[in-house]
Amino acid sequence: MKTRDMLELAGRNLRESKLRNSLTTLGIGVGIASLVALLALGVGLQELASNRLARSGLFDTVAVFSRPEFRGFRSSERREGENTNESRDLRPLDEAARHEIEKLPNVVEVFPEIRFTSEVRYGEKSQFTFVGGLAPSARASDAFEKMQGSFFTSPDAEEVIVQMQFAKTLAEKPETLLGQEVTLRYAERQAMGAAGAGAGEPGDSEAASFSVVRRERKVRVAGIIESEPFAGMRGFGRGGIFIPIGLAEKLRPVGMSSVRELMRTSGNTTTYQTLMVRMSSPTQVQAAEKAIEKMGFSTFSMMEAMRSLRRFFAVLDLFLGIFGSLALAVASLGIINTLVMAILERRREIGIMKALGASDRDVRRLFFAEAGTMGFLGGVLGVVMGWAIGKAINFGANIWLARQELPPEKIWSVPWWLVAGAIGFAVAVSLVAGLYPASRAAKLDPVQALRYE
Amino acid sequence: MATTEANGVAIRTEEVRRHYVMGTSTIRAVDGVTVEVRAGEFVALLGSSGSGKSTMLNLIAGLDRPTTGAIRVQGRDLAQMESEELARYRRHTVGMVFQSFNLIPTMTLEENVELPARFAEVERGERLERVRASLERVGLGARLEHRPSELSGGEQQRAALARALVNRPSILLADEPTGNLDSKTGTEILNLIREFNESLGMTVVMVTHERVLAEQYAGRMIFLSDGKLASDGGPR
Repeated sequence: MKTRDMLELAGRNLRESKLRNSLTTLGIGVGIASLVALLALGVGLQELASNRLARSGLFDTVAVFSRPEFRGFRSSERREGENTNESRDLRPLDEAARHEIEKLPNVVEVFPEIRFTSEVRYGEKSQFTFVGGLAPSARASDAFEKMQGSFFTSPDAEEVIVQMQFAKTLAEKPETLLGQEVTLRYAERQAMGAAGAGAGEPGDSEAASFSVVRRERKVRVAGIIESEPFAGMRGFGRGGIFIPIGLAEKLRPVGMSSVRELMRTSGNTTTYQTLMVRMSSPTQVQAAEKAIEKMGFSTFSMMEAMRSLRRFFAVLDLFLGIFGSLALAVASLGIINTLVMAILERRREIGIMKALGASDRDVRRLFFAEAGTMGFLGGVLGVVMGWAIGKAINFGANIWLARQELPPEKIWSVPWWLVAGAIGFAVAVSLVAGLYPASRAAKLDPVQALRYE
Repeated sequence: MATTEANGVAIRTEEVRRHYVMGTSTIRAVDGVTVEVRAGEFVALLGSSGSGKSTMLNLIAGLDRPTTGAIRVQGRDLAQMESEELARYRRHTVGMVFQSFNLIPTMTLEENVELPARFAEVERGERLERVRASLERVGLGARLEHRPSELSGGEQQRAALARALVNRPSILLADEPTGNLDSKTGTEILNLIREFNESLGMTVVMVTHERVLAEQYAGRMIFLSDGKLASDGGPR
């Protein structure tokens, strides 16, 4: 029998006992729905955790530090090859090093982590907060998805982006801040006597002295954001105001970083305590770390954390999948039951078909087609139901989030592979469930079947 | 239509036995029957119930397999065929009608008659043409969309005859075709079968227990008793 004829016959057979077959199909649907809903939740949570964090810059960034000078401590840690590395251990993290790192493959951006305390004045109000320097690549962070206003016009524009919570402390209606000027009052590091004592000897930090001067700068509010973008790994989550990284470097603020940095910085050369190296993707991080360590610096990244996160979600998906599959296993028993019942009921019909020239194979394929059709329809139904359940869970979760005064999240995601996979799985499970009934129908003795009244 | 040479042998059984084992006893439904049916013959297979005549018909139809012996149809031994081959034989070489009509109740007449042609993988267009021609031939051309339950017994048996014709087989096997019909409609059915035998040249083997009808329509009468050949009228 041709496949098309067979499917047609299967379809009309299914329509004959509508109630029973639709209940069976519904059973598969419910099984698939629970599978889809649970997996969609797992996938959604994973996307939420990894994509969001990855976009934040946390996972594709390497933090670079100069190695500590405590040689004694160091050598007790690493004895071999120590002599050759000795000079490198002291290598300063300066402009030259920054340029060298910038030339590494797949490096998007290298910027110092700048974070300092500042007083922010707007009209009558005055507040203290942390100011963070934002690199241009931070633009991709989803912190800017719901930004009011706009991103910095250039990497050294005299503009700021204000975090919403902080903006509320400055103005009752935060959006009125947009386009307004605010005043930053901060401490600037100034080199003194560098010309006298250290002329011609850049880098001789012993010779230089410093002063810390109070400065004011007027900046325009370009945008207001809800959550905080990535501006370095230290002090993440505590910034109230962000300025372009270029501007931050020009200001030469006295950061929250230690006095050690102050001590090491002379008038003419800049050494950085920490450089952030942004890679084109998290997969590049490991190679970059190796290369930078070879240059003589220490590095830190969140790769390991990312990896454990992935492992956690793989296990979570597995468990969610197993629970979803249990429902499907029950549903497949339903298919077996329905088809075995159908054989008993259609015994005579099978006998007639055989007498009219249907081969064992034709009968087997017909029952398979019926099982497969129920599986396919159940799969489609299940995906729709699962999608709806996921949507409902998401809706509920967001109500809960709103009560906790948190922004809404998409904790549930149905990617196309889940749709295709779920329907394919439903068909496959149904076909397996149809194996026994189909072969039993095929083996039916036509003489017996026709005698049966 | 598969045809055989005029007066060639259509069906030949050689010492056919069909034994069933029921617990400890063996039932010899057919026990060593040798007959020969020529192409174009109309043979009636007679005997009391339990004589083995229906088993004999099932063996010729390829629905059942002999325990020993050979059944040669157009020179090929059914006993040696694979089940797939046997199905093909049932599709193309024989058409069957039964006492209880055996139409599928959920299907319309058209679909019922179409079924063997579906199994034979006849193209859709030709299939529908053949279905109509067959139903018209038995006088049911106007009732394509009816279900079997909407028809009288005689009409159902005519539909079954149309179904047996649709793949244009050379042999028609009928198992008590008039058993569930009154004598008038029974006569109509037998007239149709005779017409197929005469105008289409089909070989007909009909199982019946009504000797009068057999004498009236069949060209030859074979009697079975306890699974053995009791008498064979031989070709007339």
